[in-house]
Amino acid sequence: MSNIGSYEKRLENFDWSIAEKELDYKNGDNINIGWYCSDRICQMGKAEKSALIWEGLGGVEKQFTFNDIRLRSNTIAAFLKNLGIQNEDRVCLFMDKIPELYIGFLGILKLGAVAQPLFSAFGDESLHVRLDNAETTAIITQRKHVSKIRKILDKMPYLKHIILVDYDGSKPLQEREIAFNMEATEFVEDFKSFPTKAESPSVLHYTSGTTGQPKGVKHVHYSLISQYLTTKWVLDLHEDDIYWCTADPGWVTGTSYGIIGPWSLGITQCVLDTGFSAESWYKFIEKRRISMWYSAPTAIRSLMKAGEEIIKHYDLSSLRHLASVGEPLNAEAVIWSEKVFGKAFLDTYWQTETGSMMLTNYPGMKIKPGSMGKPFPGITATILDTKTFKPINEVGKPGLIGFKPGWPAMMRTYWRNEETYQKKFENGWYLPGDRAYIDQEGYYWFIGRDDDVINTGGHLVSPFEVESALLEHEAVAESAVVAKPDDVNMEVVKAFVTLKPGFEANDDMELKIMNFIRKKLSPLAMPQEIEFRDTLPKTRSGKIMRRVLHAQEWGEEIGDVSTLEDD
Amino acid sequence: MEDMKEIILEYVIEEYCDEENDEVTFDTPLISGGIVDSFSMVSLKRFLENKYNISIPDADATPEAFDTVRKIELLVKKYL
Repeated sequence: MSNIGSYEKRLENFDWSIAEKELDYKNGDNINIGWYCSDRICQMGKAEKSALIWEGLGGVEKQFTFNDIRLRSNTIAAFLKNLGIQNEDRVCLFMDKIPELYIGFLGILKLGAVAQPLFSAFGDESLHVRLDNAETTAIITQRKHVSKIRKILDKMPYLKHIILVDYDGSKPLQEREIAFNMEATEFVEDFKSFPTKAESPSVLHYTSGTTGQPKGVKHVHYSLISQYLTTKWVLDLHEDDIYWCTADPGWVTGTSYGIIGPWSLGITQCVLDTGFSAESWYKFIEKRRISMWYSAPTAIRSLMKAGEEIIKHYDLSSLRHLASVGEPLNAEAVIWSEKVFGKAFLDTYWQTETGSMMLTNYPGMKIKPGSMGKPFPGITATILDTKTFKPINEVGKPGLIGFKPGWPAMMRTYWRNEETYQKKFENGWYLPGDRAYIDQEGYYWFIGRDDDVINTGGHLVSPFEVESALLEHEAVAESAVVAKPDDVNMEVVKAFVTLKPGFEANDDMELKIMNFIRKKLSPLAMPQEIEFRDTLPKTRSGKIMRRVLHAQEWGEEIGDVSTLEDD
Repeated sequence: MEDMKEIILEYVIEEYCDEENDEVTFDTPLISGGIVDSFSMVSLKRFLENKYNISIPDADATPEAFDTVRKIELLVKKYL
């Protein structure tokens, strides 16, 4: 029997108080995610239950019970407090998927500070704009990533502490650096979690838009309510499940469903901190007896590419339930997973700003491969007319997805950017920026983004950010960045570039520019292809017409080009 | 001719590692070890194609084939 039971019955008289009651929370109480994910689970008699089974390169393994993560998160919180870090200070986590990342996240929240996880593959420029926007007080990192911080340190007077979790003493610590060894520090048995309230800030995740710098999405401790219930009903976690969320906590899935969801339910989760290969993933599922697997379309399509033969070498019979997030899961992938694993990956739709699942497929509900599913109980969703922003009642008519604001995990604002936050609403609806339609049975079907943001491997990349970085390359005169279709990643970054006089367009130049962006921004933002042109299409007023290039790339109609500058 | 493995290793260290990385050898796992991710693999493939004037089909550019310098050398030699 699934946790949700009947979806239709859950819709009747749904109230978020269901989750509040299960979490013993009443309006006005203190609510601290760090405490809920560790201390409370121990108080429920699960102190010795396994919380985290971590595996690194070469099969190196570390295991932590809920009491272990309680003690260690206490210790990290106390360490940060001793450094002078206070509630609501921003503390960045800039690490690989090592245990300190997961446990440090809870420690920061216990202190009442704001956790700011950032993807460890970010280059120095990407890192700087995000730390600068948040005016981050401290950053917890590893030796292998510290050089990127040192490079931009002079520009960040607000950054007081760089905490190295794997300092080995081989080289001297530099300015503002301090070592913290989680296992070698005396554990703090009692740490009184900061009395955060429902609206106290908890997590700051950064996301990209079409224009401007990345936006800091502010979440609050009350987000726990919908993260807990969606984990329970959609991911359908049971007491004896072994759960594997493949997302990196540098992105929202990795915190909402890679830390908060499973641990607030007292569920054992596994983490594999190695690069992707089909063999290593199947081996991990077999070895750890994974029963619930939450992954991403890009990974699933990569597994499809690796073929079915390899699957026969592994015992994957432990798998009970599969789900997917990141970008729309294509019908072929759903059908394939049903064929090879005996279970379909259930697609879930949500985004950084929503904080928890919004439209999803449910255990026990009829699955229509390729559909995003139906709204989670308590979520009022619709399709809006693109001009009037009024709900479209016509079946199958495309429009913008709209959500009625007010669910617990909804972002509260963009950090220091209330103006952009307000622009996310029209006619009383929150607009996630995607287009879709609803069929006659109430299922939602994804059509595409409503802006130029590139969704590559489930991560959003701002064309503006890449274009700006390209212009910093000595050879680049002009740039335009669009999405290019890709079989595995859905979209990848493609750049159109004109060069300054004296520079030659050739393969070496393309590689130089690719590597420049990879190091400056991130591997995700690196153009997978650069097309050199003599000119870029522009309006008569000189604005580059990105949509013309996008249409060419996707084989679409170019549309109105009456404002296009003559060659 | 300079040893191909040495050239590839030197490029990997220069482009994908920093001073704090542990020593990288011909057998260090690059992809499964997280030194080169799947997106960065595209730039490594491009380097090999430019350097050796070859074309590596996407179907052969798998994480497994790119996992160590030694394996990359085998892949490149296949298309020389």
